[in-house]
Amino acid sequence: MIHNRTMIDPRPAPRNTLGPVAWLRTHLFNGPINTLFTLIGLYVLYLLVVPTVQWAFIDADWVGTTRDDCSREGACWVFINARFTQFIYGLYPRSEIWRANIVFAGFFTLIAWLAIPRLPFKRWVAAFALLVFPVIAFVLLYGGYFDLPRVPTHRWGGLMLTLLLATVGMVGALPIGIVLALGRRSNMPIVKSFSVVFIEFWRGVPLITVLFMASVMLPLFLPTGITVDRLVRALIGITLFQSAYMAEVIRGGLQAIPKGQEEAAAALGMTYWKRMGLIVMPQALKMMIPGIVNTFISLFKDTTLVMIIGLFDLLGIVQAALSDSRWLGFSLEGYVFAAFMFWIFCFSMSRYSQYLERRLNTGHKR
Amino acid sequence: MSVRPNARPMGHKPPFWRDRAKRALIFQVLVIAAVAAFLLYIVGNTQQNLASRGITTGFGFLDNTAGFGIVQSLIDYSSQSTYGRTFFVGLLNTLLVGGLGVLAATLIGFIVGIARLSPNWLIAKLAAAYIETFRNIPLLLQIFFWYFAVLRTLPGARDSLSFGEVFFLNVRGLYLPEPLFESGFGLIPLAFGVAIAASIALIVWNKRRHEATGKRLPAYWLSFALILGLPLLVLVASGVPITWDVPELRGFNFRGGVTVIPEFLALWLALSIYTASFIAEIVRSGIQAISHGQTEAAQALSLPRNLILRLVVIPQAMRVIIPPLTSQYLNLIKNSSLATAIGYPDLVSVFAGTTLNQTGQAIEVIAMTMAVYLSISLTVSMFMNWFNARVALVER
Repeated sequence: MIHNRTMIDPRPAPRNTLGPVAWLRTHLFNGPINTLFTLIGLYVLYLLVVPTVQWAFIDADWVGTTRDDCSREGACWVFINARFTQFIYGLYPRSEIWRANIVFAGFFTLIAWLAIPRLPFKRWVAAFALLVFPVIAFVLLYGGYFDLPRVPTHRWGGLMLTLLLATVGMVGALPIGIVLALGRRSNMPIVKSFSVVFIEFWRGVPLITVLFMASVMLPLFLPTGITVDRLVRALIGITLFQSAYMAEVIRGGLQAIPKGQEEAAAALGMTYWKRMGLIVMPQALKMMIPGIVNTFISLFKDTTLVMIIGLFDLLGIVQAALSDSRWLGFSLEGYVFAAFMFWIFCFSMSRYSQYLERRLNTGHKR
Repeated sequence: MSVRPNARPMGHKPPFWRDRAKRALIFQVLVIAAVAAFLLYIVGNTQQNLASRGITTGFGFLDNTAGFGIVQSLIDYSSQSTYGRTFFVGLLNTLLVGGLGVLAATLIGFIVGIARLSPNWLIAKLAAAYIETFRNIPLLLQIFFWYFAVLRTLPGARDSLSFGEVFFLNVRGLYLPEPLFESGFGLIPLAFGVAIAASIALIVWNKRRHEATGKRLPAYWLSFALILGLPLLVLVASGVPITWDVPELRGFNFRGGVTVIPEFLALWLALSIYTASFIAEIVRSGIQAISHGQTEAAQALSLPRNLILRLVVIPQAMRVIIPPLTSQYLNLIKNSSLATAIGYPDLVSVFAGTTLNQTGQAIEVIAMTMAVYLSISLTVSMFMNWFNARVALVER
């Protein structure tokens, strides 16, 4: 049986969901409110980007040696150029800078070796970095051995000092932090309460009061006649402060390991240190690494505070250069340069920590 | 009956170093002894050092005349005041910048955090750029930027930037009009108090009625209108008993109004902007932590979108957000101590700075300063523990 069917008109094809136009429609202009937001966002972007590019690139002066070379309206990068060595090495003698360069090269090579997962011999490199390299770096930087002239610590500065404060503070804080974290989880009431008081004390006070304490009170605590270098005092303050934060990160990692792991190890007859060292810590360490990197980032930013007790880290040396009467009025350039340096380091570290988090996310989370 | 081959003969005790309880006891005694010896050593050295420098210990110095002025104080203060009063001036200035900083940082942080999750690509990217820029630059650098590169390069008093001839901004600070209250103004705070009491009563009554009958009024909107409206009504009815003292340029400077010093502005801006970038990340991760199933279940119950947010997502997200949020607030208050770098007269600057240098009482001054920050931290952590216990999910 044949019916005479009339077809209804075909519906129009759905709007394209691929391609740049469709992307614009779904991501920027879906609905009147979103369109309004997009336009506001574009306007804000215009207000921010155009003057910045104009100032930093188009109107900027790049070449020259004195402030007279900066004639135009924009940024005067000549200032940064002229002071660059100082910003990196502080007042380190020009003739000895090769020593600092060797330390820099070794430092970045070791960091890169440890950070790139594919490279082999991690354990040996880590042992070298923690045990041998600090000695080499100290001998090279401070001198006094092998006919190297001595460079007193008050001449160290700039980016070099910032990196030194952050890494020494971090490496020093790690073992103290592990002991404190284990202490806080201990069953022994006295050990536990000491750890809690220590951690909460350092976490409760601002770093600046810790630095004041280290620079003003530490000399009072030591026997009469013993003086401690200002840099060492700052390092002691930073290490103690940082160890409390480390302890909390490590405690977080330890808590994430199921209790059954430790109980199973105890059932096999392992002692406390074997249980911790062979079963719990290796698993916990994996979970702690992102947290450790994050505390390192905040420590790296916090090292700027040492300028208040008279050390010239990167920000301190920029601030000092700004008050040079030959270069008055370039504070914006100085701060932009310092901010850029800090930003590069912190941003790449935070990206690395996110990468690790994804990479290490193997078992415990779903 | 089977006998374990290695079973110990009865009555034989292991040596004491194999006994866990005894070992713990010995270890703890050793720890106490070590800490006590360390403290004795430090105290002994300190006493010797103080004696050789001729510094007398004790808090007697707090009653001495300070002899220096402070550029901003919330209570009466002159250079004739005592060091004890200096302490309170500094403390109040710290709390002022901390409190206003917390408010601004929360506001910016929530806006940016929500914008970060916006379906609008441009807005989300702008928010991400804000977060990644400001949280990766040291706070001290940001304070310097606002202070030295922005506020200190503003024009002088005669060329002030003027906003509607009422607000003025120049190198000496921000000048705001000051409200002067005439007689009869007392009614307005009274009306405000009455409105708050009435709102609480309304909310309680509405909740009971809702539980009993299922009907309810938009109590939060009503109380909002009440709290805002009643004082306004009284204000208009009593003939607006406020005059504004608008700052005026006389000679080389402004007279009248309230002056906000540039140190405060720089510190407040930097603290709010820096902390807001962390708060934004906390808000984003808090909202993302709520599993999508929750939203879908609420949709399946055909709840409208605003109710899904208000009744399902936000209460659960707050549980995730509030603990790290309070630790950010604590960080902000601790970071306000960076004031000393630009000379804002906060606790660290006037007390651990100027007072310490003048009196040399390092131990007392640092101990008092640390005690203030510690007590703020411990109070907030106690609140946090209480809050966590209240909202924690009870499993099994």
